[in-house]
Amino acid sequence: MRKFILSFLYIAVFALISFAQDQHDHSGHDHSGHNHSHQTQNTQDHSGHNHGAQDHSGHNHGTQDHSGHNHGAQDHSGHNHGAQGHSDHGHDHHGPICGEERHHEFDAGENAIHHIADANVYSIGPLMIPLPCILYSTEDGWKTFLSSKFHFDKIGHGDGHQAVDRYVLDGGTVRRITDTTFPMGNVPISGFIHKEIDKRHTSFVCYNNKLYPTDAKSTADGGLFGGGLTSFYDFSITKNVTAMMIVCTLLFFMFRSVAKAMDRREGMAPTGLQNFLEPFVTFIRDEVAIPFLGPKYERYLPFLLSIFFFVLGLNLFGQVPFFGGANATGNLAVTAVLAIIAFLVTNLNGNADYWKHLFLAPGTPWFVKIILIPVELMGLFIKPLTLMLRLFANITAGHMVVLIFVSFIFIAGKNGSYLPGLGVGIIGSTLLTLFMMSIELIVAFVQAFVFTILTASYIGASTEEHHHAEHAEH
Amino acid sequence: MGGSLTAVGLGLAVIGAAIGIGWIGAKAMESIARQPEAVGDIRANMILMAALIEGAALIAIILSAFVL
Repeated sequence: MRKFILSFLYIAVFALISFAQDQHDHSGHDHSGHNHSHQTQNTQDHSGHNHGAQDHSGHNHGTQDHSGHNHGAQDHSGHNHGAQGHSDHGHDHHGPICGEERHHEFDAGENAIHHIADANVYSIGPLMIPLPCILYSTEDGWKTFLSSKFHFDKIGHGDGHQAVDRYVLDGGTVRRITDTTFPMGNVPISGFIHKEIDKRHTSFVCYNNKLYPTDAKSTADGGLFGGGLTSFYDFSITKNVTAMMIVCTLLFFMFRSVAKAMDRREGMAPTGLQNFLEPFVTFIRDEVAIPFLGPKYERYLPFLLSIFFFVLGLNLFGQVPFFGGANATGNLAVTAVLAIIAFLVTNLNGNADYWKHLFLAPGTPWFVKIILIPVELMGLFIKPLTLMLRLFANITAGHMVVLIFVSFIFIAGKNGSYLPGLGVGIIGSTLLTLFMMSIELIVAFVQAFVFTILTASYIGASTEEHHHAEHAEH
Repeated sequence: MGGSLTAVGLGLAVIGAAIGIGWIGAKAMESIARQPEAVGDIRANMILMAALIEGAALIAIILSAFVL
């Protein structure tokens, strides 16, 4: 019980920290005392206003100097910001162009998606750590630099204040300005605006009193899943890649020490880390590999163990709160690569019987064959597809639910303007988040296990020695 | 995800998967009660089958997110 209360307190404190953090971002513009406002969340609904204000503003503010905060011009939009005592840190970039009239409503879904997306910065709690960017565009070629070059706030949401060769950092993600009139090199920008254009979320860069549209996020699928082709490709070491590297390094050292301990202490009882890892290994061997693969399981056991521990490690790592929250196994590209590897291992090891049954379906009448063979061929690709989607959807859904439960604080507390609601929100969301996190812990293990067992069953089906006697009786 | 019809379809897909997984769970419990010594095999197969059914529901969810 004491431990429970302690963990409850921890989570409450974390929730408060994140609340204090998000106050800056979500509470809209009616409260004084916050200095930087997150454009992603604040401006999307009132896009129509920006051009008008731009024309009225009269004086040329917010040009190359990114500490010029356009306070004077904000009087036009009816908010008297000068009086609120903005401290000039250089991140108050909402000028007349970059959004005003924020009747901002907190959007839990939007917020959750922002937090599970991959990013070019690594965040530990509210602290942002730069990561290397490796970018390629057909016009400009390769560009490599550290994402700190975008001059994002050390504590914030990863909005860059500087454009580098037409690349900008918007909400932690690199985007590219498609407009060729935008100057190359390091250019200070005043902020971002998000609009829905043709039902597509487009983000605009405010620079020199003009709006420059940016390209969609670069995706590994080349726009297959609705992202559309982008003018640039992002090969950066992103948050997810960093998480994978950390997990791989961790697994490497853990298994090396366990393997050494096994050699050293042969015949003796296992100790420490060995005690923790051995049950998993024997479980995969006895419950997954041997039942599905039979006597030749040893050939595939290393592969199955690698898949299991990689997925499990990433699932658990993604759950550590305030440590990046890297959602690597909840990223379609990561699970797709895992599924493709499983697909290749399955089919490259497939024996003659497997292929014969796939293409010829022996032992069935011709009219069944007409149906069966296309179905079998479809199944060949549906298997890795479901493998990919299952892991992705389970982990993403879990993270979303946790984030939406956390958002409950802001929904119930009306973004901090309603204190009783805030209290109820914090208690309620802490309990719900605790509950969901423990479910997620089970899901992390179950999904790693399911991925492994399904891979094993596919491999088992493709390498099975066929007994033709069975067919005789059908 | 646009349109309430998508939401209805999503709900139907999830109901279908829920019935399927519930059925598997019920049958697995029955089998374990009947043959407690086979609990390991039954559990592993139960999870495998549940994962396969879940796949159908997940395809519906993902398609609704991408297509609509």
